[in-house]
Amino acid sequence: MERVAIIGASMTQFGQREEWIRGLLSEAGQACLEDAGVAPDAIEHLYVSNMASGEFEGQTGVPNALAHDLAAVPAYTARIDQTSSSGGAGVYAAWQSVASGASEMTLLVGGEKMTHRSTTEATDVIASLTHPVEYKHGVTLPSFAGLTARHYLDKYDAPRESLGKVAVKNHKNGVDNPHAQFRKEVDLDTVLESPIVADPLRLYDFCPITDGSAALMFCPESVAREYTDNYAVVSGIGGATDTHVVHERADPTTMGGVVNSSEQAYEMADIDPDDVDVAELHDMFTILEFLQSEDLGFFEKGKGWKAVEDGITDRDGDLPINTSGGLKSKGHPLGASGVAQVYEIYKQVVGEAGARQVDAETGLACNVGGFGNCVTTAILEGQQ
Amino acid sequence: MSDEPDSDSDQTMEAYRYPDGSITYPGHPLGPGGEEPTGTVDLSEYVAEVITWTTSTATPPGVRQPNTLAIVEFDVDGEPVRAIGQVTTEDIDVGDEVQPVYCEELREPGAGIREPASQEWDGFRFEPTE
Repeated sequence: MERVAIIGASMTQFGQREEWIRGLLSEAGQACLEDAGVAPDAIEHLYVSNMASGEFEGQTGVPNALAHDLAAVPAYTARIDQTSSSGGAGVYAAWQSVASGASEMTLLVGGEKMTHRSTTEATDVIASLTHPVEYKHGVTLPSFAGLTARHYLDKYDAPRESLGKVAVKNHKNGVDNPHAQFRKEVDLDTVLESPIVADPLRLYDFCPITDGSAALMFCPESVAREYTDNYAVVSGIGGATDTHVVHERADPTTMGGVVNSSEQAYEMADIDPDDVDVAELHDMFTILEFLQSEDLGFFEKGKGWKAVEDGITDRDGDLPINTSGGLKSKGHPLGASGVAQVYEIYKQVVGEAGARQVDAETGLACNVGGFGNCVTTAILEGQQ
Repeated sequence: MSDEPDSDSDQTMEAYRYPDGSITYPGHPLGPGGEEPTGTVDLSEYVAEVITWTTSTATPPGVRQPNTLAIVEFDVDGEPVRAIGQVTTEDIDVGDEVQPVYCEELREPGAGIREPASQEWDGFRFEPTE
């Protein structure tokens, strides 16, 4: 099987945007075509990662709309919905389309338009992924985070401040990301004194509601060389689920989907967690960065908080995590987030991350849907 | 939505038991090993221990505000069974003993995005026993 390469990437400004879903997707798609130097009629498969354009905006059929807007007809199109991990699932689908030989040029565009809805409405759209026994009690994704954070802090004797330091770190990283929703540092006191959202978590423990889009261009490595001598390969990829009903998990602090998807990706790439130079994790809530960094094998169970305290995950640390600013600072337009995570890793391993650049040949992106219900892990290696 | 618990209810909090002895709430058509459930257990006849809790201040449409939630664990003849649900008070802590208390309407049907007829809206809140 020939290796799958990524030869171009783009992302729009994340934040509160005037454009609706079609405009956002088109903006990122056009920019990716330009970045890759690929003509629209070369696209054979076009995937759109999107969770809820119908629910948010009343616009369905977005892949076909995008194919038309990008002059990519008659490319095969499909919408990839895996809730918050729709972007990662799109990366998986795009990789499959090329690895299987079905397509020699696949464009993936992820996007979501959310900010026209109130926070409570947007929260409810996202919470609609929950089981009926959860939904009728008013359980939301932020409430899962609060429940899990309390359990984690108690179980591992971690200080509350360590969660706040995730927010401080990722906001600091986001200052150097021109596409980030928030390019402003926050101090620990601000985080710890912000309003409670889901006790013990406060406002700054949560990512914002965001509009935005991101895109990636995939092709076989042999085709990639026709376009560029600086590309990345998807050396490992994996996907897995955990229980739909969150409280049925044996250990509330372990995300089985992260464990299983990363094991698949490490095996395919033939590397260990120690070989990863930089990672983008799904910090929709600060507690998730601890859980993922442990379940990916970067740190021992219950020690992820200590790594943040010790600066290991800082941009100049041994394992930089969320150099993009993460979902926390960059924003979280649901379907775009997993694509934007890989955008950051791509930029890092091809040496185009600008002020955010770290010394990285191998990078990992872990995209989480629900509260660990669905997970994808992708590993990229630069081929400069 | 009703805030008054209905202590005279004959409603059941039905969990499923599977061939390997495990019990889940809610039940599933297939359990561990892909095996069908062999029976049910009414968790409302048991007490549970609070594993963790949170008070959510940003609640979705049709949900009380604030909304204190807990994950609790029942001990059904030595078999642990977890459940999630609203708590009747904000005065709750890890390790507290609670009992299920029936509520006719936990959340206002139709206020949120989910189709009202697609699911039930009654259920059990958790109330501290002391």
